[in-house]
Order: sequence, then C-alpha cells, then structure tokens
Amino acid sequence: MWFSVLNVKFCGVDFKNPVLVASGTFGFGVEYDGIIDVTRLGGLITKGLTLNKKEGNEGVRIHEVRGGMLNSIGLQNPGIDEFIEKHLQRMKEFKIPIIANLGGSSIEDYVRGAEKLDKTEIDMIELNISCPNVKEGGMNFGIKSSIAKEVVNRVREITKKPLMVKLSPNAEEIVDMAVKCVEAGADAISLVNTFKGMAVDIYKRKPVFNNIFAGYSGPAIKPIALRMVYEVSKAVDVPVCGLGGIVDYKDAIEFIMAGAHLIQIGTANFINPRVTIEIIEGIERFMIEQSIKSLDEIRGII
Amino acid sequence: MEYKEVLVYSNVNVQDDIYVLSLEIEDDVRAGQFYMLKAWEEEPILARPISVHSSENGIVKFAYQVKGRGTKILSSLKAEDKVYVLGPVGNGLYTEKFKGKIALISGGIGIAPMLQIAKCLDGEVDLYAGFNKSPYLIDEFKKYCKNIYISSEKDTEYYNGFITEIFNPFEYNVVICCGPEAMMKRVVDMCKIYATPVYVLMENKMACGVGACLGCTCNTKEGKKRVCVDGPVFKGTDVVFSA
Repeated sequence: MWFSVLNVKFCGVDFKNPVLVASGTFGFGVEYDGIIDVTRLGGLITKGLTLNKKEGNEGVRIHEVRGGMLNSIGLQNPGIDEFIEKHLQRMKEFKIPIIANLGGSSIEDYVRGAEKLDKTEIDMIELNISCPNVKEGGMNFGIKSSIAKEVVNRVREITKKPLMVKLSPNAEEIVDMAVKCVEAGADAISLVNTFKGMAVDIYKRKPVFNNIFAGYSGPAIKPIALRMVYEVSKAVDVPVCGLGGIVDYKDAIEFIMAGAHLIQIGTANFINPRVTIEIIEGIERFMIEQSIKSLDEIRGII
Repeated sequence: MEYKEVLVYSNVNVQDDIYVLSLEIEDDVRAGQFYMLKAWEEEPILARPISVHSSENGIVKFAYQVKGRGTKILSSLKAEDKVYVLGPVGNGLYTEKFKGKIALISGGIGIAPMLQIAKCLDGEVDLYAGFNKSPYLIDEFKKYCKNIYISSEKDTEYYNGFITEIFNPFEYNVVICCGPEAMMKRVVDMCKIYATPVYVLMENKMACGVGACLGCTCNTKEGKKRVCVDGPVFKGTDVVFSA
C-alpha cells in the first residue's frame, strides 16, 4: 500500500499536516470544537493579540462582496495577559502547535507583547505587521520595509520563540519587505494578509465602514496571493507559510507548488466550517493518486 | 452545534417578499435561537443567519424577508432541495422562567422568532405586532396569544402608527421585543420607567456564526458582545443601542 506523509517540519516545530487556520478566522479554536475535530488540524493561530485588551471597531464590521468579504474588526481581543490566563491552556489541550499572532500599534507594544509570549508554552509567534484595520500601526508597519525591519529586529532581540512575520500585500514592494524581515531575524514569512479595500452604501451615500477602508479576503485574492508567495519563496531562504483565498485542496497544492511549506485557511472557514478537514483529506488523496510520498517532492516545484 | 446538509420540506410565499421555509431538521431548538443557512456553493460566500419561526415534529420553520442575494436564493428553493445548516446557534430564551403576563412586541420581520417564543411560554401572552404595510404571519399566533394588537403605518384597517404607541409596559411582568433597533430602544426606554424586565433579540451581519470572527458584535454595558453566541437574546437594559 502506498503511504503518503503530510507532516512538515517548520522552524523546528513538527506539524502533522500543512493546514493551519488563519488568525482572526478561528477565534481561539474552542469556538469550532464540536463542529470539526480541531485536533486534526496542522496547527492553530490565535486571534490577533495586543498587549492590552482592545474593543475593536465601531459600526459595520463585515460586508460581503463578490468573490469574498471585507472586514473591519479592528483587532478586538482580550489582551495578552488574559489570553495566557484564560485561553492558552484550553488551546494546548488540542495537542497541536499553537502560534500566537501578535499585533501592536507601537514598537514598544510589540516588544512588551513578545516578552510576555516568550515565557509561555506557545510554539511560535506570528508577528502581525499587516492589519489594515487599526489606525496608527498594524499595517503601517507593513508598508515600508525600513519600518518593518526595525519592529522585527526589536522583537527578535526579546524572544527565542520561532518568529514568523506576516506580510501585508499592501507593502510597497513585497519581495523587498520579505528580504528585510529575514535580515532582521525572521525565522519564517507568512503572506498575505488582507488587501486594503472599501465599499460604499449608495443609499446612505457613505462608506460602509467607519474607517472607510477594510480588509478584502476570500477566493478573489488567490491569484495575487499565490503570485506573491511564489515571488517571496524564490527570494528568501527561510520557509514560507502561504495564505490568501484558499478554498479547496487544489488551491492549497498550488500554494505548496509555488513554494509554501505551510498554508493557512481563513475566510473559507466561514464559507464551509469543515473546509480545513476536507483540504487535509484532499491533499492526502491527491498525493496517493499522484504517487507523491512527501510534500518535499512538490514544494516549490515551479 | 452541527454543520449538516438537510432537505427542504416546503417554501411558501406568504405575502409580497415574506416567505416561510420549512426544513427537515431534528434538533432540540430553544425559542430565540437561529441557524446559519446556505443553499449555494460558490456565491454568495457566507451563510445567512435566520431565526427559528417554529420547531416541531422534525420540521424547523424559518420566516424571512427577501433583502439581498442570499435571501433571494432562499426564496427560490423547492421541496427536496438541499440546504446547508449550522445550528441551532445562540443562547435563546429560557422561556420556562417567565411567568404572569408577557408582551411580545415585534416590528416587521421581527415577528419571525416570536411564534416559537409564544408557543413555549406558559403565562398569558399578548402580541403587539407593528408593520409598515399589511400584516403577515399573524394567524398562527391566535392559538398561543390571548390578545393580538396590530399596527400599520400604511394599512388603515389597523391602528395607524407605531406599535409602541398602543403598548403599556405597566400591564406586563415581562416584555420580549424584536424589530428595528430604534423600535427596540423605544420599548426598552418605556419598560425602564416601570422597571418591567425586557429582553431584546438582536441581529447583525455574520460571517462564522460560531463566535470566532467577531463580525457581529453589539455594544453592551459590559463592552462588546457577540450577537451570534452571547446573544441573540440580551437583557434590554444591558444593550447600548446605536439607533
């Protein structure tokens, strides 16, 4: 019998399969417990965490559009202390790698947040320099590579945890951004976060969102995300985690062939809560059909 | 909560853009809960949160108004068609704890969850239903309600004005309300004067329906709460209305 293995070693952490859930689309995992078998996932990435609790944005927060959706949640989260006290232990019970997504609005916030996370049992930090929905930060750090480099540098100094930096597709130059983050000490790169978009309520004659702009995600962004993952994978010598509009196993394999070691499922969780499990099973089926023993055989093949 | 594929039993156009969709679902549903419904594969992408109108004998009924792309597709469903459902979602109402005289107050399609609530309540139930044009879905309430009061802004056969103008919270032990935010705020303000306990059923756009995305939050005295899993039922006095 043919035996295919989906496991991936990524920054020294063992993932039993490459399918993770993207920050902000899966809460702290427990929300989906009982709807799917969360323990089957490759790993969990937390809702974006900030040093202090955040209530998030007022007004409309989600708005469906053709090909996807816009969101403007604004990093609502309980803060890192409460995450460590109330949520982390429950997440660890799933016995899969836990990645803490860390956001911030100042370099000091990022550093202090990383310092706290460094002392916990999380497996990795995903540094969010790309949230489009928070003023004074988040994405601002993700636009100019010189600014991003400084944040990554400072966080690198404070933590020994594997450090993955999540890039914004709105960066001035995505490859340069990735290269600068790696130079600053990133152990891995994940990309892409949401695209900056907007919508207008034609009856109110006003933008749908209080912040005017919001983050666009969903199947429509996949070709652009895939192109960026391809370009970045070729340019850096650290592993890449790909995301952006993945809705089925074929999309996932495209990202792996473009160079991704791991992939994240975001908006598709809302389209079909079972999608992650279906993607894991789909990748395995594809590997058996195609006589692929290990994902190493097809990763970055193009 | 489960995500599953179920069959349409019937889908009836009761009036204009108002429909009642009956699905073959064998769940234990609490009044005030809802389901995420999806009858499409690719587009639109998100499921639609629709409250339970009634639930018995393996059939869950949903009353809804056609508003956009999703509800338009729902309105075209026929018997035996497949629908993906996630639910039942939300806290719902623990109807057994309510005693005495109870007022149900609805505005427009806010009448949808009231039938199951009326069915489950033990006390003496009065319905106050406000409409913009002609009333709908009223007949079934006759079995469960002592008095039914109807208002319409356009149909002169009924009280001409807002439903809140003919309702007196002083007469009731509990008030349960679902409708436009401005109306719910008015009802809560009226109930505060007499310290009459009041519950509201909130709604919002939703993506996940499980409490993960934080897209559907509303403002309360204790900060942001998720309408999908912390609600949709809230104590009226806890909600900070935006209207």
